[in-house]
Amino acid sequence: MITYIIRRLFAAVLLLFIVSAATFAIFYLFPRLVGGTPETLATRYVGRAATPETVNLIAHKLGFYDPVYVQYGRWIKGIFLGADFDAGAGIEHCPAPCFGYSFITHQPVWPDLLDRLPVTLSLAIGAAILWLILGLSTGTISALRRGSLLDRTVMTVSLAGVSLPIFFTGLLGLLVFSYQLGWTAPGGSYTPFTENPGDWFYSLLLPWVVLAFQFSASYARLTRAGMLETMSEDYIRTARAKGLRERDVNVKHGLRAALTPILTIFGLDFGLLLGGAVLTEQVFSLPGLGKYAVDAITNNDLPKVLGVTLMAAFFVVIANLIVDLLYAVVDPRVRLG
Amino acid sequence: MTDVSPKGRPFLEVKDLKIHFPTDDGVVRSVDGLNFTLERGKTLGIVGESGSGKSVTSLGIMGLYNKSNSKMSGEIWLDGQELVSSGAETVRKLRGNDMAMIFQDPLSAMHPYYSIGKQIVEAYRVHHNVSKQVARKHAVDMLGRVGIPQPDRRVDDYPHQFSGGMRQRAMIAMALVNDPELLIADEPTTALDVTVQAQILDLMHDLQSEFNSALIVITHDLGVVAELADDVLVMYGGRCIEYADATTIFDKPEHPYTWGLLGSMPRMDRPNIDRLVPIPGLPPSLINLPTGCSFHPRCQYEPRTGGLGSTTMPELSRAGGSKHLVRCHIPTEERQRIWSEEVKPKLEA
Amino acid sequence: MIRRNRVLAAATAVLALGLTGACGGGDDSDSDSGGTSAKAEFNAAMTKVFNPSDKKGGTIKLANSGDWDTLDPGETYYGYSWNFLRLYGRALLTFKVEPGKGSNDLTPDLAEGLGTPSEGGKTWTYKIKPGIKYEDGTVVKAADVKYAVLRSVDKATFPNGPAYFEQFLNLPKDYKGPYKSKGVNTDSAITTPDDTTVVFHLKQAFGGFDYLAALSQTVPVPEAKDTGANYKQHVVSSGPYMFDTNNLGKDFSLKRNPNWDAASDPIRKALPDRYEVSLNVNADDLDNRLLSGDLDIDVVGTGVQPAALGRVVGDPALKANTDNPTLSRLWYTSINGTVAPFDKIDCRKAVEYAADKTGYQTAYGGPLAGGILASTLMPPQVPGYQKFDLYPSPDGKGDVEKAKAALTACGQPNGFATNIAYRAERPKEKAVAESLQQSLARVGIKLTLKPYPQGDYFSQYAGNPPYVKANKIGLATNGWGADWNDGFGFLSQIVDSRVIRETGGSSNTSVRDPEVDKMLDAAISNTDAAAREQAWGAIDKKVMEDAYILPGIHAKSLLIRPKKLTNVFVSEAYAMYDYTALGVA
Repeated sequence: MITYIIRRLFAAVLLLFIVSAATFAIFYLFPRLVGGTPETLATRYVGRAATPETVNLIAHKLGFYDPVYVQYGRWIKGIFLGADFDAGAGIEHCPAPCFGYSFITHQPVWPDLLDRLPVTLSLAIGAAILWLILGLSTGTISALRRGSLLDRTVMTVSLAGVSLPIFFTGLLGLLVFSYQLGWTAPGGSYTPFTENPGDWFYSLLLPWVVLAFQFSASYARLTRAGMLETMSEDYIRTARAKGLRERDVNVKHGLRAALTPILTIFGLDFGLLLGGAVLTEQVFSLPGLGKYAVDAITNNDLPKVLGVTLMAAFFVVIANLIVDLLYAVVDPRVRLG
Repeated sequence: MTDVSPKGRPFLEVKDLKIHFPTDDGVVRSVDGLNFTLERGKTLGIVGESGSGKSVTSLGIMGLYNKSNSKMSGEIWLDGQELVSSGAETVRKLRGNDMAMIFQDPLSAMHPYYSIGKQIVEAYRVHHNVSKQVARKHAVDMLGRVGIPQPDRRVDDYPHQFSGGMRQRAMIAMALVNDPELLIADEPTTALDVTVQAQILDLMHDLQSEFNSALIVITHDLGVVAELADDVLVMYGGRCIEYADATTIFDKPEHPYTWGLLGSMPRMDRPNIDRLVPIPGLPPSLINLPTGCSFHPRCQYEPRTGGLGSTTMPELSRAGGSKHLVRCHIPTEERQRIWSEEVKPKLEA
Repeated sequence: MIRRNRVLAAATAVLALGLTGACGGGDDSDSDSGGTSAKAEFNAAMTKVFNPSDKKGGTIKLANSGDWDTLDPGETYYGYSWNFLRLYGRALLTFKVEPGKGSNDLTPDLAEGLGTPSEGGKTWTYKIKPGIKYEDGTVVKAADVKYAVLRSVDKATFPNGPAYFEQFLNLPKDYKGPYKSKGVNTDSAITTPDDTTVVFHLKQAFGGFDYLAALSQTVPVPEAKDTGANYKQHVVSSGPYMFDTNNLGKDFSLKRNPNWDAASDPIRKALPDRYEVSLNVNADDLDNRLLSGDLDIDVVGTGVQPAALGRVVGDPALKANTDNPTLSRLWYTSINGTVAPFDKIDCRKAVEYAADKTGYQTAYGGPLAGGILASTLMPPQVPGYQKFDLYPSPDGKGDVEKAKAALTACGQPNGFATNIAYRAERPKEKAVAESLQQSLARVGIKLTLKPYPQGDYFSQYAGNPPYVKANKIGLATNGWGADWNDGFGFLSQIVDSRVIRETGGSSNTSVRDPEVDKMLDAAISNTDAAAREQAWGAIDKKVMEDAYILPGIHAKSLLIRPKKLTNVFVSEAYAMYDYTALGVA
């Protein structure tokens, strides 16, 4: 078990290296392939009145004249050993892990990531709880009452949930529940949990519901399909033959087994969400990792993009690992040697 | 067969049982008018190919069909209580307690995520209001009684950690944990290898005498029947086509289909594997049964019915042995002659 | 119940229309109750003060759909930021805080008066008001202004800032700002003979230097508190408000600066107690919050998004609460004389005649949100603007006959084929290119659309002269906004042929007329404001005669007027609400 985890963690680190190298390559090599130069890269980070000298200065400052592997090496070194940054009025030291300084705002990336993580974490956890409750229950009921009016309603609504984009449901939700009814917080009103749990809950309620709506839709469908499959298994018949109440048959025997594949998908979904619920954070103007990533990408802010990509990749990898470990707990047949 | 009961009701009585499943393609008549009785301490073997309706019969008795997608009619009397017309909750309370079932493949029939012990405990506690500890002790006891070594340790194992035979023993333990009066075993040994089969059959035999329960063994394997059954019911196309005590079935079977089953039965005492002749053709569709005798398309003696075989369904009527019933157009004497002169010699060759 | 029905109706309408045109029935009708309130009508805050009041207190909530470029006065380069920055910083001069035309005039702020030119406009002297204090109580000295300007010259630290000072000041050779060039004597550029006098020494005469003195780069910075690139984390205030909280990239708030002396500051009313600004707010949600009153101002001031525009235009009650200023921004198409046959002036004129400018207007969102048809480079509100139309056509739809005549004159009577470049990420520019493709086809000029990534549009493609020539980019969609409302601010970067760089990246991509360059030089050094303004108009006309630029529209924006605020009016200088005047009702 321990060796397995160590092996997986090692693989995870390797994967993160590959992800970072790929991101780096996309950023530096692609522009070069279409004829870009250090100067054209640097023009993205200067004002509209910039002279060639300014462009040159910035290309130097951001290290664009060095070969790509040197730049990459410098970045990696910063993560392990820290880095120095010329803030003009003095040299600023960025302690390890230093994910570099933003090309645009010149602020170190790592504190930003740490600052934004709780937002995304709050959003993801709250929404996950909601969508699991909602998705699993409706999916189960749907499967057990297959073909009924309820089943068809749930499936239609969930189709809507799967297909309606967050920027539609989110804006609609804001319009109706926040601006018309005043039940939920307006967009962009995130309050940290540590500051005021009540406000925290209030500010995240609508984002949770909107995000959970979309996910619970697909989870309802998954649960329904899984339940339909497990409910035809032999052991369900055995459970009934034992004289178990129908509810116990459905939940303890049916749902329990149907949950296993959902757990895998949940792990992936949740891991991805921790990397940033991009659209939700965008729509509700929540200062989370997803919003950070979008802003970073629109601004071509490589250090930010790298940092947030790595963080997202890290969460996906970790979520996968946890899912695999949980699998062993949930399904005794998958005990790891 | 109702005439076998002189006075009062037998322990289990099935009268004109029909189990139909409406589907988009038509009604599947899995069981279509079945009658039999069974007393405590006795064993009935129900024999037939897959799709003959034997498993459906057992699940029907257990009340495991949902009224929304199946139609059940007729009567099932268990110890004086009629089950077909009873409410689902009434039947549920009987299930596992008064009647229990052993399934064919214990690996798929046991929940992979729960330990053996937990599953037995669960079965016990549904019907007994006791603590988990008490139920667990009981489970360990049961596992010991079905011959599982170190039951107190293996009780926490999961189904996949057991061997096939052990699993079936556990399954039996689970079925017997509530001391049911009726035990239905659906192909209890099919998934097991030959030596283990024998052990399990011995176990079931011993336990039945110990518990004095009525036992229904569902199987396609006449060998199992020979081992356990007092009476044998041969099913084909959802109907009974031959019914007799076990001795009669093996010594003087009268239905050509039963002959076929005997012919395809592997026997320890007969090493000649090439004697194993499967019955030609396929089991009939339960939606569109052949007109006339359901078996006639596969029956090599059909010409001897004088055309009746393809037009008329024969009645289940009295045959040679006592309480011996056969559904066949060929006259009894002719059937007895064919058996003793044409079929039996070949089987024993 | 009524309320419920309304919501339901709104929700249904939203579903039906896809978020546009829903929720008309707000409580807008209440807003013109009360004695002091002016009547809420379209453009009510354009030329007069809406809801005048001197009531103090309250909080003004603003939001920005993006990040603030930077809060550092030495680097920020957005009009809205300059407008807002006056709350926490005082430049030598600033624009008058009043509605309409008057806001284009400069007025002293930190200085006691406008600049005094000498040496024919090569030296500019400013006296600063004595006793003005920073938030920490220290007195602002002339040396702080000098330091602030010098640090802004360090483009390695402040790459995004305006570069006018290094262009005009007579700085020592290779001067890199006070961080890198520590101890270098800079008296050739700026002298501070005493604590209240700043003297700027220029390389060449510059009659419009007062506009530079109004840049936020002259907001004083105390050297002891300067942290270079990190100064934006805590800018030391010299204005009526100082930073309370500042979470870069997320939000910040301003509170009153106790050391600000109202007596020294006739410009600012400083009514509210607090300003709260959220950053990176979803643009559509921002509009909804403005309309619902949850938010007061979209601080960027470029107007509503298309979704909200549909709602506002369709609902008279909502429209009554909007203002529609013209921005100092021209959407235009460059006609590249380096690409044949545009080397011939008549071929360029054929484009001027043939183009249907209503297509331009439609592409940008119509007369309200898009803008008004342009026949000149300079927008009407820029001082020096002269109204003329060298290539008139009925309703701006183009004059096919004159275009054909021009084509014949340049030896291409049957037209020709060329390419038009636009920024791939901008659907509006694509629509413009397609509209031009149609209208020019009427006279036989066949355009092929060439989309390019906007990040490298000027540096590698449409603004890179060798690339333009090699790939025959005859036309290129373009846009320009002035740094301030003045002929120099508007014209110099787009018509001076000397700003064109062979390596690409300059704003001017097509105008190459030595005559224009000469006219610019003459105008720049002229210290007589009236004569200067006359000259800008003449340059505008000359460029149009050259037909190097096809002006499309002068952009307009639709601003949602804050319902809860007082003293609301549009400053022409910024083409948005003046943020220093606002109060809370």
